[in-house]
Amino acid sequence: MSVREQYLSRYAGRTEFVMGDEAAALGAVFSGCSFFGGYPITPASEIAEVMARELPKVGGFYVQFEDEIASISGIIGAAWSGARSMTATSGPGFSLMQEAVGYAVMTETPCVVVDVQRSGPSTGQATKPAQGDIMQARWGTHGDHEIIAVCPWSVQECFDLVRDSFALSEKYRTPVIVLMDGAVGHIREPLTFPHYTDADIATRPRAKEGDLVFGGTKVPPMAQIGDRLNVHITGSTHKPNGMRDVSTKEVHEELVLRLNDKITSAREELTRLDVRQMDGARVAVVSLGATARPALGAVEKARDAGHPAGFIRLVNIWPFPGPAITELLADVDLVLVPEMNLGQLSRELERFTRCPVHCLSKIGGVVHTVEEIHTALMEQIS
Amino acid sequence: MRATLTDNIPAPGQNPLRRYVRPGILPTIFCTGCGGGTVLNCFCKAVDELGYDPHEMVMVTGIGCSSWIPSPYFLADTLHTTHGRAIAFATGVRVMSPKMKVVVIAGDGDISGIGGNHLIHAARRNVDLTVLMVNNSIYGMTGGQVAPTTPPGVRTTTTPHGNVETQFDVASLVSAAGASYVARWTTWHVLDLVRSFKEALEHTGFSFVEVIGQCTTSYGKAVGKRNAADFLADYKDRSVRLSKAKKMSEEELEDKIVVGRLKKREAPEFCQRLYQQVEQVSSAALAEEGK
Repeated sequence: MSVREQYLSRYAGRTEFVMGDEAAALGAVFSGCSFFGGYPITPASEIAEVMARELPKVGGFYVQFEDEIASISGIIGAAWSGARSMTATSGPGFSLMQEAVGYAVMTETPCVVVDVQRSGPSTGQATKPAQGDIMQARWGTHGDHEIIAVCPWSVQECFDLVRDSFALSEKYRTPVIVLMDGAVGHIREPLTFPHYTDADIATRPRAKEGDLVFGGTKVPPMAQIGDRLNVHITGSTHKPNGMRDVSTKEVHEELVLRLNDKITSAREELTRLDVRQMDGARVAVVSLGATARPALGAVEKARDAGHPAGFIRLVNIWPFPGPAITELLADVDLVLVPEMNLGQLSRELERFTRCPVHCLSKIGGVVHTVEEIHTALMEQIS
Repeated sequence: MRATLTDNIPAPGQNPLRRYVRPGILPTIFCTGCGGGTVLNCFCKAVDELGYDPHEMVMVTGIGCSSWIPSPYFLADTLHTTHGRAIAFATGVRVMSPKMKVVVIAGDGDISGIGGNHLIHAARRNVDLTVLMVNNSIYGMTGGQVAPTTPPGVRTTTTPHGNVETQFDVASLVSAAGASYVARWTTWHVLDLVRSFKEALEHTGFSFVEVIGQCTTSYGKAVGKRNAADFLADYKDRSVRLSKAKKMSEEELEDKIVVGRLKKREAPEFCQRLYQQVEQVSSAALAEEGK
């Protein structure tokens, strides 16, 4: 039994009362994360602290870098040296990381970036939660690209979705964003640890001599540093063999279209929705993250009183589960979207609904109450 | 794209060091008279004399002409990164690749301008990287804009009325930040460069070599030098060996290039300490489990 497995066996099946940030970190340790690049920022610092404490116990490395740009650069370098790697930050740090997110997309580097969203823009309300980075996660880096992003709503899901993100990042050879928010990151709830072994670590298809590492197939096998394959990794437009070609239209087109296609063609598989009470629903409440908690309370309260309310929570936000949403909302008269921003989710939803979408914004660092959402819901139903 | 030293044999009459160059890639894209070729040549010579297997080396570069010296020309694993961040990427590579020699080759704008923060912190950590900074005193690839290494008064495309800033002494900066090997040479000093590259590669800890090198196109235009010979003659005239420089006054050293091995000391290396700590912590955790 490895050091890691011994460590995991201690937790297996146990339930502990922990914070969302801690759960995200422990999810990474369980998923075989072997390199974490950290930089302190509220409300994500606890992830770095837990990684610094726990990662060495399983033989992994925590490095605190000089800034967020270095943190994400370091984890990308580590990934090419064979690590399952992660960094965690909040809005301002996530902004600094955007160029490197694009580099990871372009070089097809598996890695996990956690963004515990806080109230912005700029320094904003540093200690308060928000959901203002939905579009930053989608479009923060420049150029045409697709991204995978997931949104936990509970402590258990912080753990589970970080685990899933490692698997997705390896499967699609792409960075995965874990879009938490300050409320979910700082809430304390029971977390039940799974039974894991080394066999549960996401595997990485490895290139053999003669394989194309940057093309040829939708998700090419990865060559690692030290594999003696003279791998050439570049964020510049490159041919399937990795060599730069920045002036041929067809080379750029083929590369960028494939990078987009490998995510969009998996949209169905990447669609994860938490759907409740939608049978016969006339008004649907669609939400994600911390907001989904009072949203569910409001929907249940309405249902208890016999009103046709339904609940949809986006577990994976990107790629957007548009077709599934359209189908679910086919018979709905109205969609209510409580969100802790000025309409980032509702605007995206409008593209996939035939009925009106009503945004219930709340900013200022305070999560919606059940009552607020219920009142808005009843106004729409009547 | 696999090629090994044994099957990448240069043709008779070719430079034998071509076996360290990615096959089918020459000629380089460097301008006529660029110092980049000299750096590549000296680096290959150093690797050859040390008998290193390039498969146990990884080249990490940033953005700019000098980053093209290893990427794509040197035949080894190569990580061509974002502008200024090569040292940060290289730190992640180094931690996870304990058996690989990790080398950063990049320019002055990349390393000391946009990437200055990563430079000083890697030096402070004394992480085992070999950083070769080619200093051409200008942003060359983008067409000749002022850099943190451009001397005062020089007219570049973004200082058309003359540079009002003072340039960095990058070697001194890195030395003060904690690097354990620091040297400075110019492309005139090819034999010294080879020796210095070897020392830097063999050194455990953060090793830094500043190579003053000519940009015949952009910097040449800015300072009225037409070709490599003009630059090399100037480097030769202005270079002062460290031993001699120590006896000279600040006024006498004005406009001189102090060359030589500026620093070499033994100091605890970052990765070694990190590995030791992880070993201790994981052993203790394992013992704890056993109870």
